[in-house]
Amino acid sequence: MGETAQPTPVTDERIKEISPFRKALIRPELGGMVGTVAVFTFFLLFAHDSGMFNAQGMMNWSIVSAQFMIIAVGACLLMIAGEFDLSVGSMIGFAGMMVAIFSVTLGWPVWIAITVTFVLCTAIGGLNGWIVVRTGLPSFIVTLAFLFILRGFTIFLPQTIERKTIIGGIKDVSEGDWLAPVFGGKIFGGLFEWLGDAGMIAVFERGTRKGQPVVDGLPMLIVWAIVLVIFGHILLTKTKFGNWIFASGGDAEAARNSGVPVNKVKILMFMFTAFCATVFAVCQVMEFGSAGADRGLLKEFEAIIAVVIGGALLTGGYGSVLGAALGALIFGVVQQGLFFAGVESSLFRVFLGVILLGAVILNTYIRRIITGER
Amino acid sequence: MNPEKAPIIQMKNIEKHFGSVIALAGVSVDVFPGECHCLLGDNGAGKSTFIKTMSGVHKPTAGQIEFEGRPMHFNDPRDAISAGIATVHQHLAMIPLMSVSRNFFMGNEPEKKVGPLTLFDHDHANKVTMEEMRKMGINLRGPDQAVGTLSGGERQTVAIARAVHFGAKVLILDEPTSALGVRQTANVLATIDKVRKQGIAVVFITHNVRHAMAVGDRFTVLNRGKTLGTAQRGQITPEELQDLMAGGQELVALEGSLGGTV
Repeated sequence: MGETAQPTPVTDERIKEISPFRKALIRPELGGMVGTVAVFTFFLLFAHDSGMFNAQGMMNWSIVSAQFMIIAVGACLLMIAGEFDLSVGSMIGFAGMMVAIFSVTLGWPVWIAITVTFVLCTAIGGLNGWIVVRTGLPSFIVTLAFLFILRGFTIFLPQTIERKTIIGGIKDVSEGDWLAPVFGGKIFGGLFEWLGDAGMIAVFERGTRKGQPVVDGLPMLIVWAIVLVIFGHILLTKTKFGNWIFASGGDAEAARNSGVPVNKVKILMFMFTAFCATVFAVCQVMEFGSAGADRGLLKEFEAIIAVVIGGALLTGGYGSVLGAALGALIFGVVQQGLFFAGVESSLFRVFLGVILLGAVILNTYIRRIITGER
Repeated sequence: MNPEKAPIIQMKNIEKHFGSVIALAGVSVDVFPGECHCLLGDNGAGKSTFIKTMSGVHKPTAGQIEFEGRPMHFNDPRDAISAGIATVHQHLAMIPLMSVSRNFFMGNEPEKKVGPLTLFDHDHANKVTMEEMRKMGINLRGPDQAVGTLSGGERQTVAIARAVHFGAKVLILDEPTSALGVRQTANVLATIDKVRKQGIAVVFITHNVRHAMAVGDRFTVLNRGKTLGTAQRGQITPEELQDLMAGGQELVALEGSLGGTV
């Protein structure tokens, strides 16, 4: 080792200059950005006249994307912390059913039903995490068990209590409730009305809502998605806790040696994932006015795929919330875009599989660049 | 090595039993600030048990630990770390996917207030990391360079620099050179020398006599849970150390047939 007593950082001949291209390549969001541009270009070319890009169409795919985003943020932070949650989809069904049972069947005020559901579901997420860190079992197995347990209860409870698997009537009971609009309401109605009057967006031509804009506000679902993405991004990249999330997923043992409370981090991330699933569920229940036992099927995989497209490594320790949000956006745009373009919707699944495979291969390559493995 | 200097850690007659196995049978070692104390021994000699006792992982079955002249009872490694005893493990010290700066401050993140939020102070962390790395002779491309791109020796150096930066008074290095190449080993040995000159006590575990002779001030050989005494630099030859480690006779015969290259 040469005695490098130079006062300024000097270049070392052993350090190869890396090209800006390679530097950009190791940003986790890269895949998501390229994908987003590609997807929008594709649909602008092939579906521009299908109504996909007018106000109604944009709201359509924005809502679907926002749904993916809400669960992707939780799945992303959890995956970076080194764990999976396969019970997200069942949690969505379970949380929605709980809101319905509490408010409709038991007649509780809706705000109490929602609050109790949040507490209950976050606690189940915490239980997931506690079992994982206590037993050292793979989270894959533990949360797979909860996938079945929660789905089972979601079907069993309404059948036993109401003799049906769908509980409706939530719209009626949530009338006048103060918490329900936080999930089911819309904001900026005035702005959209103004846009309609100004001719920027279309208005209804006839019927009872004649003269009103076709899009009458920004759904709270989208607001939740944006807030959660910003929260997750700041938490992950700008805080001490974010460093602990990376460390816990990168190498739990090394993190423990440095004094990072790995178990606490992991349990909290399981709880946050459950929280996100509950937000999704409550928004959905408020929008539909009913809870169904089959809600949220396969959502866990869609969340994981969005996160992987966003550049996160399945093995943990690396990823980006913004990337996951872009992954969710790609999802929403493609799923709805295929509909607008008149393509058979089952092809969406083909697309999912192909893009998942591509993203995982790209991520593995990026990981090799970062760690210098060969 | 002035004789009136007080030892920072005194391990007195440490015994450690695991069930019916006696891992340590009365080992005494004094560690002095500003010195590199080499702990040598073959596999199974009790080196690991001994340093784990020193760093609070194990509690001794019998014997006393004095730290800065006072008896100490470490309940867990956190106690030892806050007292200033840091251990750098051969593996499990750095996270390859994270940047050098994030690794450097892992568990000790600097924070700043921005409005209502308390955020990770990346600017401060990056500045300190670059400075400390330069002191240790590692030129980084930038503080956001991933640890995975560093060589094994550089990773050890980052881990050592981190322990020193966060106020270690005693640095325990568990076989830092055993997996490294010649050049990287030289780097780590040079780092040990720098750290020692800052007045920090270094406990250097190795089974390589040449690495020990390169930087050691004192040498303690463990064999089958017992110490065969501590020698100071200049009082012992590499051959004698090698003999002590292997327990004498057999290796002498072996070494003859191998041409003295072990």
